[in-house]
Amino acid sequence: MFGLDTKDTRLFFFVAVLVAFAPFLMNPFPTESGLAQFNGGYPDLMQRFVIFGIFAIGFNILFGLTGYLSFGHAAFLGTGSYAAVWMLKLLTINVIPAIVISTLVAGVMALAIGFISLRRSGIYFSILTLAFAQMAFALAASVLTPITGGETGLQTALNDPRILDFRAEGGNIPAPSLFGLEMRASYEWLVGGWSFTFNVGYYISGLFMLAALYVAIRIFRSPFGLMLKAIKTNQNRLNYTGVSTRPYTLTAFVISGMYAGLAGGLMAAMDPLAGAERMQWTASGEVVLMTILGGAGTLLGPILGAGFIKYFENIFSKINDSILHSWFSFLPEGLENVMVTILHPFVGKGWHLTLGILFMLVVIFLPGGLMEGMQRIGKMFSRKKKSDETDGKATVPAE
Amino acid sequence: MEAFIIQLLSGLDGGSAYALIALGLTLIFGTLGVVNFAHGALFMLGAFCTVTLQRLLSLSHEVIDESQKDFLGNPLKVKVPYLQDWFGEATSNAIIDWSVPLAILFAIPVMILIGIAMERGLIKHFYKRPHADQILVTFGLAIVLQEIIKAYFGANPIPAPAPEVFRGSYDFGLLLGFEPNRIIYPYWRLVYFAFAAIVITAVFAFLQFTTFGMVVRAGMADRETVGLLGIDIDRRFTIMFGLAACVAGLAGVMYTPINSPNYHMGMDFLVISFVVVVVGGMGSLPGAVLAGFVLGILQSFASMREVIEVIPGINQVVIYLAAIIILLTRPRGLLGRKGVMED
Repeated sequence: MFGLDTKDTRLFFFVAVLVAFAPFLMNPFPTESGLAQFNGGYPDLMQRFVIFGIFAIGFNILFGLTGYLSFGHAAFLGTGSYAAVWMLKLLTINVIPAIVISTLVAGVMALAIGFISLRRSGIYFSILTLAFAQMAFALAASVLTPITGGETGLQTALNDPRILDFRAEGGNIPAPSLFGLEMRASYEWLVGGWSFTFNVGYYISGLFMLAALYVAIRIFRSPFGLMLKAIKTNQNRLNYTGVSTRPYTLTAFVISGMYAGLAGGLMAAMDPLAGAERMQWTASGEVVLMTILGGAGTLLGPILGAGFIKYFENIFSKINDSILHSWFSFLPEGLENVMVTILHPFVGKGWHLTLGILFMLVVIFLPGGLMEGMQRIGKMFSRKKKSDETDGKATVPAE
Repeated sequence: MEAFIIQLLSGLDGGSAYALIALGLTLIFGTLGVVNFAHGALFMLGAFCTVTLQRLLSLSHEVIDESQKDFLGNPLKVKVPYLQDWFGEATSNAIIDWSVPLAILFAIPVMILIGIAMERGLIKHFYKRPHADQILVTFGLAIVLQEIIKAYFGANPIPAPAPEVFRGSYDFGLLLGFEPNRIIYPYWRLVYFAFAAIVITAVFAFLQFTTFGMVVRAGMADRETVGLLGIDIDRRFTIMFGLAACVAGLAGVMYTPINSPNYHMGMDFLVISFVVVVVGGMGSLPGAVLAGFVLGILQSFASMREVIEVIPGINQVVIYLAAIIILLTRPRGLLGRKGVMED
């Protein structure tokens, strides 16, 4: 369907169903129960799931397919955010122009950076992209303050021109909307002890993510995607056969930059605020973590990785000592305190430690990320092991 | 002229931190072929060696002092460091005052042990994995080390002052025959530069003039042949990893008076030191040192007011700009060798 084969169609619908029912799936516990802190179904977090999903899908088109490890993708995310906020300020509070322009601006920037950086490969490419991103970050935080708002960031204001909008006098700063449908508007549905939140911004971002995933699937299955995989496998051999690889890598770089720009634009559309810290190299590192954790080179992996990191970032960082005490209150007091002391460094402000350890474990034991883990578990239960294994071996190039 | 010399000095001492970290990174890359993203964390661990020693030295117990009274007339409780009981007041104060230089002695064995443990425990298993995996696992390790330090020492910077004699500034111009008070420079930064020069010389001398160093250099050129000659090259490379960790740690120890140690100082240096390594040429030790000083000096001159007025913001980006230009014109960096990291 839509030019996808059965397997991809199934995958696409699986993700679509996940996105559509996320408000239920993420809120499995009643609001009043003790487990309610594991609920991730509030709009802000769900928006971040899908937006970072887009970012990671885009990064995966570059890293997963061509093997070029960019350490500067946050620059495109930040540029997209700035462009989107400017569109919201100058043109209209409607989010459509903002999102379109942010994607295009990030694409143009990716074209310029990619044109230079892709002259080198390997670690040199990583350092070049890192250098460009750090330059963008430093400039945005200092010299470009009139455009970027410097350290305080850029946000919408009441007296922005907004030339396409009908302007009412006074009132509040208008919230970004889609033809009057405000991004932050939510509908709460109370069923028994449960409360489910359906947020406009989330569903719009979710639609964009599905579109992004669709395009990514088409790229993965196209001759162009095959070419990119060939570049990852052995670029020299391609050069010897007379294929110039530069146009292919550059296109992949621009596409993945545009994905990052789209993610940045959506971020600004959900919450009209853009700051320089979105461009810092730690933000680039985060998308690398997401992609690897989920499984680079797979379609579903980056989305899983983004969801995984964002979920644990929110949930782990909310757990504090009193919650820990309430969990272990069934134990005798001495033992309770021991358990809380052991777990204390890993939760709350220390959740980065948990993330770092998890990440190391994944890289050490599961180089293919969560997707490989799931496949291994799947294999354990499936009966036709042997035919699968021979399939896998046949793809190794004869070197 | 005076302004020029001041900028040169500040470039040299800024560059010496880059050069020390980049030297360690290149040692690891040249010997083991591993891209170590946890090197900044080693720098940070070195800085926290100083903090640990400072805390150890000022461990104290409370004594009731009859000569001092609080406002109710009760004798005050005074904290007395154990050192004072053992060595007397003057010596103990001097030892605490000199805790930063003393931390060098403390950091050398600690950092070598940490380095060897890291290599044997983790990095050993990553020699045959792709570079991307090495980058990722050491990046994860850097996060873990950083968070452990944060959990133990807290998120705020911890001041670690230089010894009394080296606080304040030194009239450097007098040495060069200028008028007094024309070229004044912080004392400790001059010490830092001298220290970096000594460490760099020591590393190069170790590699150049000892049998151990000779074997290591041979191993860097052709690991397999050295192994076939019956030399346990892996063990020596492990020791080199310890040495590289030690160089990074020492750079961190001496840096504490310049910048109070905090848990993310390593990450701040890591990005720049990678740029330095690549600009110098992957795997080239002299290249790393040279690029460290060149980029340090460039950054210092770009921060001059006259330059910023012409090109605003240049001080923020000059290092990256230089890196881009050098990488595009000299693809292997300043002193890079052919055939390193070209796949």
